[in-house]
Amino acid sequence: MAIMRVNPTRMELTRLKTRLQVAVRGHKLLKDKRDEMMRKFLDLIKQNKELRERVEQKLTLAFKDFVMARAVMSSEVLEEAIMFPTRRVEIKPSIGNIMGVAVPVIEYKEVIDQELSPYPYSFAATSAELDGAIAAFSDILPLMVELAQIEKTCQMLADEIEKTRRRVNALEYVIIPQLQETIRYITMKLDENERGNRTRLMKVKDMLEEKNANV
Amino acid sequence: MCMYKMGVIGDKDSILGFKALGLSVFPVTQPEQAARLIHKLAKENYVILFVTESLAQDIKETIDRYGSQPFPIITLIPNNAGSMGLGMEGIKSNVEKAVGVDILFGERG
Repeated sequence: MAIMRVNPTRMELTRLKTRLQVAVRGHKLLKDKRDEMMRKFLDLIKQNKELRERVEQKLTLAFKDFVMARAVMSSEVLEEAIMFPTRRVEIKPSIGNIMGVAVPVIEYKEVIDQELSPYPYSFAATSAELDGAIAAFSDILPLMVELAQIEKTCQMLADEIEKTRRRVNALEYVIIPQLQETIRYITMKLDENERGNRTRLMKVKDMLEEKNANV
Repeated sequence: MCMYKMGVIGDKDSILGFKALGLSVFPVTQPEQAARLIHKLAKENYVILFVTESLAQDIKETIDRYGSQPFPIITLIPNNAGSMGLGMEGIKSNVEKAVGVDILFGERG
């Protein structure tokens, strides 16, 4: 591992030691963050998969009904029949937080007017398949909203996990070894200087003593 | 007052049924049209946009652009021709991104 280009001085050494401390601490924290996010992610992604399977399956069935309804009714009548929905869905979005990741949270509420039928048309002019399709769609909708929320959360978590993992690896395999190596280099250099100085002093002392003895 | 809205984008035959539930339905046939529509709706109060897979496969860049922000949520749904597996593909790529290897779908191939 390459060492950094620094002056081997005591000041630099202190500076690097502080940096190393920060890096090690940051590494530990990020690693914990990554592990916890991973745990959450694995829980969520399993849910996500099951939910998507269910939604896709149900939706495919509902579409079949709807296609039938479209086939037996003229499209003008069908469009007219569902033009003014009697029910309304209310959703309230807010931002949740999983380990510092802003994730969407959706509150879902269906507003059903009790006096009105859930079907926005009279039964006389429409086919029974349409009733089935509409009922199926309204069963699925809460699931779809949940799916949307979970899927987005998973996606954002996955992005964040990837980022965090890069940072952890950069710290673990590049920055920390580099700092340690450089600190070692400076310590060695300083020690070497110290030894050089000491031998020089000893040599000078010897020379002085020799001179004094001769006189 | 319903401030926040949900929208469905796709071919008319598939998505018209959602209209009866009070969702906004946007029948679209051309991918470019859908991309423009998504940008427009994202600026309005749309929180969730359901897009059919057959449309979504041609406008991946547009959908990816909204991946990093919490709202709007763009979710893929199958259309009346059945599921194309694009939604599952998305889950799979998320797993691969986060874990490194695919651990959910591994048993199937």
